[in-house]
Amino acid sequence: MRHIISVLIENESGALARVAGLFAARGYNIESLTVAPTEDPTLSRMTLVTYGDERIIEQIIKQLNKLIDVVKLLDLSEGPHIERELMMVKVKAEKGMREELKRLADIFRANIIDVTATSYTIELTGHGHKLDAFLQAVPEETLIEVVRSGPLGISRGAKGLGL
Amino acid sequence: MELSGAEIVVQALIDEGVEYIWGYPGGAVLHIYDALFQQKKIRHILVRHEQAATHAADGYARATGKPGVALVTSGPGATNAVTGIATAYMDSIPMVVLTGQVPTPFIGSDAFQEVDITGITRPCVKHNFLIKRVEDIAETIAKAFYIATTGRPGPVLIDIPKDVTDPNVRIPYEYPRKISMRSYKPVEKGHPKQIRKAVDLMVKAQRPVIYTGGGVILGDASEELRKLVEVTGFPVTHTLMGLGAVPASDKRFLGMLGMHGTYEANMAMHESDLIIAIGARFDDRVTGKLASFCPHAQVIHVDVDPASISKNVKVDVPIVGQVKPVLRDMVKVLKERKTKPDAAALKAWWQRIEGWRAVECLKYPPSDKVIKPQFAIETLYKVTRRRDFYLTSDVGQHQMFAAQFYPFEKPRRWINSGGLGTMGFGLPAAMGVQQAFPKATVACVTGEASIQMCIQELATCSQYKLPLKIILLNNGYMGMVRQWQELFYEGRYSHSYVDALPDFAALAETYGHVGMTIEDPGDLEAAYKEAFGMKDRLVFMNVLVDPEENVYPMIEAGKGHHEMHMSPYLTAERELA
Ligand SMILES: Cc1cc2nc3c(=O)[nH]c(=O)nc-3n(C[C@H](O)[C@H](O)[C@H](O)COP(=O)(O)OP(=O)(O)OC[C@H]3O[C@@H](n4cnc5c(N)ncnc54)[C@H](O)[C@@H]3O)c2cc1C
Ligand SMILES: Cc1ncc(C[n+]2csc(CCOP(=O)(O)OP(=O)(O)O)c2C)c(N)n1
Ligand SMILES: [Mg+2]
Repeated sequence: MRHIISVLIENESGALARVAGLFAARGYNIESLTVAPTEDPTLSRMTLVTYGDERIIEQIIKQLNKLIDVVKLLDLSEGPHIERELMMVKVKAEKGMREELKRLADIFRANIIDVTATSYTIELTGHGHKLDAFLQAVPEETLIEVVRSGPLGISRGAKGLGL
Repeated sequence: MELSGAEIVVQALIDEGVEYIWGYPGGAVLHIYDALFQQKKIRHILVRHEQAATHAADGYARATGKPGVALVTSGPGATNAVTGIATAYMDSIPMVVLTGQVPTPFIGSDAFQEVDITGITRPCVKHNFLIKRVEDIAETIAKAFYIATTGRPGPVLIDIPKDVTDPNVRIPYEYPRKISMRSYKPVEKGHPKQIRKAVDLMVKAQRPVIYTGGGVILGDASEELRKLVEVTGFPVTHTLMGLGAVPASDKRFLGMLGMHGTYEANMAMHESDLIIAIGARFDDRVTGKLASFCPHAQVIHVDVDPASISKNVKVDVPIVGQVKPVLRDMVKVLKERKTKPDAAALKAWWQRIEGWRAVECLKYPPSDKVIKPQFAIETLYKVTRRRDFYLTSDVGQHQMFAAQFYPFEKPRRWINSGGLGTMGFGLPAAMGVQQAFPKATVACVTGEASIQMCIQELATCSQYKLPLKIILLNNGYMGMVRQWQELFYEGRYSHSYVDALPDFAALAETYGHVGMTIEDPGDLEAAYKEAFGMKDRLVFMNVLVDPEENVYPMIEAGKGHHEMHMSPYLTAERELA
C-alpha cells in the first residue's frame, strides 16, 4: 500500500541524512521525499511517499518517530487528505506544434512560464495522476526535460499538523 | 565563570557526575587533554586502542547503570571507536563518546585525519551531534547524557572540532540543570488499560511463560520482576542479555531460551498459550523460525521502545513503558484482582515443564583426562560463588558455556556482547567493571581467538593495576565457527584453526601479570583458588580445554523451538536407558 507521511523535523544539519539513511539501512521503499523549512525556521516539514504492507508501514512510522530530531509525524493516508505535486516540463515547441501545445496546457490548466523561439516550459500542479496524464498527452518527441517535486500533502479539515 | 571550550567539555562532564573517561589522545583533542590534565575530579584511563576505550566505557555502564564515557581523536581514533559504539548500540547501553574533529573551516576539505564520523556512526548511535560553536558545548553535552540514559538507552556521539575547544576563546559557563526537548519525550508509565488487559490474559492463561531480556537489567527492574514471578508462580526464562534478573537458583527459572537455550525453556515457549515478554526484543537467536514461534500463544509485550513491539512477532497486548513502573502496576492490579491465575492449570503446566527439565539437556560427558569447557565454568562457579563477582565474556563457544553453566543470581553481573557479538569485548569491558568496583572480583572468560582482538589492553591493566582474572578456554579453534563447520559444512574447517598461538602465560608475564597454564582437570580447582587468591594481581589462566567440544542444545538457524538438537552424548545416553 502507498502511504504519504508528513514529518515535522528539527531544521538541523544531518536531519535529512538521518531520514534518508534510515530508509536505506532498513531497506524501506521510498518513492519521493520533499523537504523545506516551515514558517517556524527551526522546523522543517517533510513529505514522504513510501509503500509496503501494514507491518512495514508500522515499522517505518515507529522508526521515524524514534529519530531524535523528529518532532511530529502524521500518516496522511489514514484520513482524508489532499496531495499536490508541481511539475515543470520543457518541450520542443517548433512552429507547427506551438498552438497544439498551448491548447494542451490550457486543458490541463497549466501555465507556460518560459518561452523561446523553439521551446515552451510548462508548469503544472496537481495530483500525481494528473501530471502523469499530462505527460501521456504531450507528444513524446517534443519532450526535452521533466522535473517533478514529488507530492506535498495536507490533511483535510480545520486541524493542522503543528507543535 | 568564563571557560574555554576545552574547559567547558571537562567541566560539563564533571557536572554530569562523570568519574572515569576511557580515551586516547591525538591532535584534534589536544585542547581537551590539556584541560583534563589541569583537573583532579575525573580520572582518565589511557587504553591502548580506541576500540577498548568504548568497550571499557560500555562495561562500566553495564555494571553500574551509569553512562560510560570515551574520548578519542578525529579520523583513525574515531573509526577505531566505531566497533565499540555499534556494540553498545545493539545492546542498548548508555554511553557518551566524544570525538575530536578537524577545525570547522577545514570540515569537508579532506583535511588531515578528517573523517565524517557523525555520518559513519549515524546508523549505530541513538543520536549524534556535531558541535559548531563553543556556546553550544554545554547544552549539547547535557542533551547527550539525557538522550543516552533515558527511554531505550544507547550510545550518543559528540563530534567536537578543534577550533571549538580553543583555549583562547573564553565564554561564560553554566551547565543546564534540566533538559527538555520538544522532539524527544520518552515514555515512563504503561497505559493502565493495557496493563489491565494483560492481567486479564494472565489470570486466564493455562500455560504461561514470562520471557524477559536485557530491558529488565537496563531498567533495574529485577526486584519488580521477582515480585511478578512470586505473585503469579509462572515459569520465567531469560535471554542471553537478561541473565541474573531472577536468581538462577529460583525453581521457577527455566534457564536461557533460544539457540543455545535449555530444552525446558524452549519447549515451554513452544507449548505456551501466553507469552509475557518483558524488555526483550524477539531476536532471531531467540525466536528461531518465526513461522513456528510460539504457535499456540498470545503475546503481551512490555517495552519502552514502540519500535521493538510487533517488529518480528505480532503482539496482542503491547505495553509501552519502562519495565519498572509497568511491572509495579501489573503486580498491583494482579493483587487487587479477585480472580487469581488458574492454580490447577498451572500445576499441570509445571508438571510438563518438570518432565522437560528431567531431560537434563546441559549434561556433558565427564572426563578426567581433558578439561571440558563446561567443567571449567562449573568449577569457576564453585570457586567464585561466595564472592562479589562479575563475569565478562568474549564471543564464541566459551560465551555460551558461561551463559549456560554459570548461574547468575543478580543482575548486572553477566556482561557480554549479545547483539553485535563482538570478539574483543571481554577484556576491555572487564577493565571498565573493575574500575567501577575496585573491590569486586572481576573475571573475563574468553577464547584464544577473541582475546587476541584486544590483548594489548593487558598493558592498560598493568598501568592501572587492575587485578582481573582472565580465563582463557583455549580450544585452539574458533570453536563457534568450527562447530558450524562441523555441523553444516561436513567438517571442512576452513580457516577456523587458530595457529601460531603465543604462550599466553608468558605473554601475560611480559606485561607484568601472572600467567598460568592449566591442562589437567584435576588441577583446575586448585589453580583457580590460587589465582583468585591473588587479590592484587591480574592472573591470566590459559586453560587448555577439549578442542572439539560443541555447545548443546542447539537450534539451527531458521528452525523452531521444538526442533532442538541435543548433544550426541545425551542422545546416546537416552538410547541406552
Ligand atoms: C554467539 C552468540 C549466540 C547467541 N545465542 C543466544 C541464545 O541462545 N539465546 C539468547 O537469548 N540470545 C543469544 N544471543 C544473543 C542475541 O544475539 C541477542 O543479543 C539477545 O537475544 C537479545 O536479547 P534481548 O531480547 O534481551 O534484547 P536486548 O538487546 O537486551 O534489548 C532490550 C529490549 O528491552 C527494551 N528496553 C531497554 N530498556 C528498557 C526499559 N528500561 N524498560 C522497558 N524496555 C526496555 C529495549 O527497547 C529492547 O527492546 C547470542 C549471541 C551470540 C553472540
Ligand atoms: C570481531 C568478530 N569477528 C568475527 C566474529 C565471528 N565469530 C564468532 S565466534 C568466533 C570464534 C571465536 O573463537 P574463540 O574466541 O577462540 O572462542 P571459542 O568459540 O573457541 O570459545 C568468530 C570468529 C565475531 N563474532 N566477531
Ligand atoms: Mg577457541
